[in-house]
Amino acid sequence: MQKHQYEVVVVGAGGAGLTAALYASRSASTAVISKLYPTRSHTGAAQGGIGAALGNTEEDHPEWHAFDTVKGSDYLGDQDAIDFMAAEAVDAVYELEHMGLPFSRNPDGTIAQRPFGGHTNNDTGLPVRRACYAADRTGHMILQTLYQQSIKNKVKFFDEFYVLDLLIKDGKTAGVVAMELANGEMHIFQAKTVIIATGGHGRVWETTSNAYSYTGDGLALTLRKGIPAEDMEFYQFHPTGIYRMGILITEGVRGEGGVLINGEGDRFMETYAPTVKDLASRDVISRAMYLEMKAGRGINGKGFINLDVTPEVVNHYAEIDGRKNPDGSPYRVTASDILSKLPDIIDFCETYIGVNPVSEPMPVQPTAHYAMGGIPTNKYGEVVIDEKNTVLPGMYAAGEVACVSVHGANRLGTNALLDLIVFGKYSGIKAAEYANSEPYVDLPPNPEAYAMEQLNAIQESSGKENMITLASEMKSVMSEHVGVFRVEEGMAQAVDKVREIKERFKDVRVDDHGKKYNMNLIEAWELSNLIDIAEVTAVSALARKESRGAHSRDDFPDRDDEKWLKHTLAWMENGGVRLGYKPVTMTKYKPKARSY
Amino acid sequence: MQVTLKIFRYNPEDDRKKHYDTFTLEAEPTDRVLDLLERIKGNQDGTLAFRRACAHGVCGSDAVRINGVNRLACKVLVQDLKTRQVVIEPILGLPVEKDLIVDMEPFFDHYRSVMPYFVNDDPPPPKERLQSPEERERFDDTTKCILCAACTTSCPSFWVNGSYVGPCAIVNAHRFIFDSRDQAAAERLEILNEQFGVYRCHTIFNCTDACPRDIQVTQAIGEIKKALAKGSLD
Repeated sequence: MQKHQYEVVVVGAGGAGLTAALYASRSASTAVISKLYPTRSHTGAAQGGIGAALGNTEEDHPEWHAFDTVKGSDYLGDQDAIDFMAAEAVDAVYELEHMGLPFSRNPDGTIAQRPFGGHTNNDTGLPVRRACYAADRTGHMILQTLYQQSIKNKVKFFDEFYVLDLLIKDGKTAGVVAMELANGEMHIFQAKTVIIATGGHGRVWETTSNAYSYTGDGLALTLRKGIPAEDMEFYQFHPTGIYRMGILITEGVRGEGGVLINGEGDRFMETYAPTVKDLASRDVISRAMYLEMKAGRGINGKGFINLDVTPEVVNHYAEIDGRKNPDGSPYRVTASDILSKLPDIIDFCETYIGVNPVSEPMPVQPTAHYAMGGIPTNKYGEVVIDEKNTVLPGMYAAGEVACVSVHGANRLGTNALLDLIVFGKYSGIKAAEYANSEPYVDLPPNPEAYAMEQLNAIQESSGKENMITLASEMKSVMSEHVGVFRVEEGMAQAVDKVREIKERFKDVRVDDHGKKYNMNLIEAWELSNLIDIAEVTAVSALARKESRGAHSRDDFPDRDDEKWLKHTLAWMENGGVRLGYKPVTMTKYKPKARSY
Repeated sequence: MQVTLKIFRYNPEDDRKKHYDTFTLEAEPTDRVLDLLERIKGNQDGTLAFRRACAHGVCGSDAVRINGVNRLACKVLVQDLKTRQVVIEPILGLPVEKDLIVDMEPFFDHYRSVMPYFVNDDPPPPKERLQSPEERERFDDTTKCILCAACTTSCPSFWVNGSYVGPCAIVNAHRFIFDSRDQAAAERLEILNEQFGVYRCHTIFNCTDACPRDIQVTQAIGEIKKALAKGSLD
């Protein structure tokens, strides 16, 4: 067993982790531990853009961005944190540009921006160009740029190390336990601060845009240490995943003028969101798609809708909508515009489904995409562990794994990348400040004991249960009952089923008993993370008797601010889940009916 | 349909030498090769080790040799193979750690050696540095790289001598050398002018064929050679 000592340990090397490390390493000894090589992180799969009110081609203001985010969150977002994020957004984007990020450009040389769902001119209610983009590879460019700067700044990486436990002693952060995948060796990292930046958990569901690696690792670690998870019932289903595969088709397609068309050839979003139509927020569109399909208006009556970005269709609807370019001329596109703005989307469609989006529509369905909920933090990334927002000293979380909450009940497109940069930055700065003023906490005796106990339990199980079977039963019940639409009975069934799977997991079969790159063992561990998270999600969802944002119940179809304008907190305790609630932070935005 | 996968196996922890295992399974024409590997691992042999993450060609984890050519396992469909006999091996030129997993460190060492990061020591302006769409377009192709190593490990020059920085590192140097905002082109060109730099490239084009992002790798290397020969970037 090896021992290491760093003032700041960052767990995860995507957009949030790398940003945190870049800032923390300026004034504190910092190490990044990641189960993947950093550039494999899921940030790289983000496509459409990062939101910031630069106003490069039309009027825009951070205040408008903040209001749109509050409204998008269905008023569950904490308004102090949202104001902060929207105000920080502009500098965050300039900072990325100064790091060399190759944004697409306007003719005047400024950063190019496109419209995105839910982002509006607050005077007219119409879509505003706020998403700063690099073709449809914005996440890739962010991830590469941050990694490049990490190399330049000599950030210390432990690549392909898998964190198995958080060390907390006397209520303070003491470090982490990790396994080196290459040889199975255990490492103890003593740390003054730990920044958890491990991303989301879309692999709980069947059809997802998320990587295999998105298994909620950091969130499961905190749950097992008695830290609650916040707002887990709010999980985003992105409207446009490739049919059956779930691969993301960016909202940028609709930003460029693409429209959703049902089996009767209708652009149905006109009915559901008369003002912004196909650029309504994601929860609204995913629900509309399900309703269309349920009414038999899927394409050929099947479980998909067409997303059409062929120039004829784009131009047809642009004319109907009276859409204009920034200079006031009518908005029209050509095939080569589509090619240059959406090259990866075209590549994915050609590779996986043999469809060329320049000449044919894309078959799409909602796909499990993003966790609004996660580890509770304040706007500085400090982890808070109860109804009173008590800080756990030295523990930070940022990015998708965290719940600040800036996304509330529904995240707007482009706000995820922004969240990574803004809260990655502040958690890095705050962690380094803390490290500069506080001593190391002594490690607990046998720091690796809890991790080893869990590993041994998996290795020594009876082996009766196949991992794939357990995973697929979990995904199936979660997709059916804790998906876009929910009812009491179904969610109760999901809770029972997930608990049964959790019990059966104790007999999970692992074939590989070696040390070296034992990916079989890691996958079993990842599945145990997903099962815990599925349980917490289903229990949190079952309890919330209203519809808000992504949590949509047939049996409680309305938002109920009187009873439910509050955050859920869920603790894993005594083999079950205990729920609590805390108030939403309000500043100047009073809840009102939400329409697009 | 039924397909047969013959997969390279090696685990230094067991006594067996390097060998191939053969697995037969049902597949749909639209299955990815990665889907097949996942199913084998899930249902037939949990010890099979390989890397993967995004499963749609953007993270660069799963470059392997499929029927003798470097591909991402998640970007090749069964119907693309034109055969039901599939041989899967680790990429060449890097030490095999276990099954399809190779040691990526020598590859990343080369990458890091070419200053693969933006350099501009002037104080930044209050807003963005301006760059015209044409200037941005100049290096667009090489910004697409996902560091999967398919190009470098397809290169016979790299196989012969692992000290060659390889096409991937050159691509990443190109991305900055031709960025109008960057100030370190001369230093990078000097690095690539050395013994194990661009002149090890003999324009065999394996790299261009291997690139899952369709980067014109050989052309990018050619542009660097030209810049070195002319002493300018124009």
